[in-house]
Amino acid sequence: MTTLARLAEAGYQLTAEAPGASAEAQKAMIAKARKIAKLAAEHAGDVDARSRFPHEAFEALKRERLLGIMIPAAHGGEEASHATIAEICSVLAQACASTGMIYAMHQIKASSLVVHCNDDPWHASFMARIAREQLLLASATTEGGGVGGDLRSSICGVVREGDDFTLDKEGCLISYGAQADAILITSRRTPEAPPSDQVMSVLTKDQYTLERSAAWDTMGMRGTCSDNFTFSGRAPAEQIIPVSFAEIAAQSMLPNAHLLWASVWYGIAAEAVARAEGFVRSEARKRPGSTPPSALRLAELLARLQQFKALVVAGLDRYERARGDADELSSMGFVVAMNSIKVVASQSVGEIVMQAFLICGIQGYRNDSPASLARLMRDALSAPIMINNDRILGNTSNLLAVYKHDPSLSR
Amino acid sequence: MKTRIREILKSTGKLPVDVATLADEADLYNAGLTSFGTVELMMALEEAFEVEFPDNMMNRRNFASVAAIENAIRTIQSEHV
Repeated sequence: MTTLARLAEAGYQLTAEAPGASAEAQKAMIAKARKIAKLAAEHAGDVDARSRFPHEAFEALKRERLLGIMIPAAHGGEEASHATIAEICSVLAQACASTGMIYAMHQIKASSLVVHCNDDPWHASFMARIAREQLLLASATTEGGGVGGDLRSSICGVVREGDDFTLDKEGCLISYGAQADAILITSRRTPEAPPSDQVMSVLTKDQYTLERSAAWDTMGMRGTCSDNFTFSGRAPAEQIIPVSFAEIAAQSMLPNAHLLWASVWYGIAAEAVARAEGFVRSEARKRPGSTPPSALRLAELLARLQQFKALVVAGLDRYERARGDADELSSMGFVVAMNSIKVVASQSVGEIVMQAFLICGIQGYRNDSPASLARLMRDALSAPIMINNDRILGNTSNLLAVYKHDPSLSR
Repeated sequence: MKTRIREILKSTGKLPVDVATLADEADLYNAGLTSFGTVELMMALEEAFEVEFPDNMMNRRNFASVAAIENAIRTIQSEHV
């Protein structure tokens, strides 16, 4: 149970004022992110061309202390709202989608600690370290040997050795694994446990070795450096997160991943629309007195972007209201809603960039024009396959023998 | 009602343990109830007790134990007299 829920149960009146960082502090965080986005934009082309880590942006994010902002104030963080974190994901993604996605993936990992580990001494002190040292967190939830992207299944298991445990995982894709300061990794509870009886452990860079088995050479999202590695680690057993991974996957990863990924994709879509707007404006200036024909398409595109924004904002609002309410977070309605956000957002980003092509024409198709949409399109195409939409729709469809949607329009 | 719930749990819940060994308050998720098992269980319960679980009752807590299921069904039945 969260502190909030416990306070509510104890009969404390919760004020309308949200806990955590003040509104001004959160505005300042977003302003810092906008400055960093300018830097990320300068290097985005090189990050993409060389498929390299956006280290300039992440050095700046550490320097400006934006990596620990989800951590509760009680553990030395800023306790920013999800809306602020989502906005930062989008702002960064407008400049460089890989930077935005890495930032989102880091915050998704942080959310698992924030939601499940407040009362656990080791993980609470680790959260304080994240805030103090601005550690970058990565995730190792996939595995070779046929498990692939099914994160709710593991082959490897935690092996206890006295007060320590060891963990070896083969063929797992770890985005920015080589650059991360710590990795949150899934495995079976014991080597003999069933594949779905999983735990998640936190290991810091000095506690594991990574052997690269395949390099990340893809169409888009090239800066995430999602290489495949063989992971081999040893750490004290207290670094295993006490709640089961089933609970982590359902209650913190599901909403945070879908909402923050959607925020990144919204950022890509918003940038495509901005480039289309720039193109239409320059056309309008060439022929004063007449509306360029592409403006009609742009009007249509703006409506589409507004729809996308409403989807993400409503999802963030629903999650903020559900936080601390375990019944709501575990309800079918909530799962269906989050799954639906992922599917729709990941389709929308590709459709919006595609529609922007019709506006920008050859200038959008070129790699060297200010209206170029080439990198944006390649980045956008990762969205439907980042946890394949068919897998997600399949998970939702398993619920439909009993599920009834809520037809109400009110919150 | 608990006996009936236990019978349904045994035939549809796909639990890896014997339902008879579980106390009324025992956590069914810890005993291996999966989300897919929960759906199968809900369907069978709706059929057997002629109820429909509304959207706001389809959460983990209402299916977490035999006692919780009984409580949930009684709540629905009392609302539909």
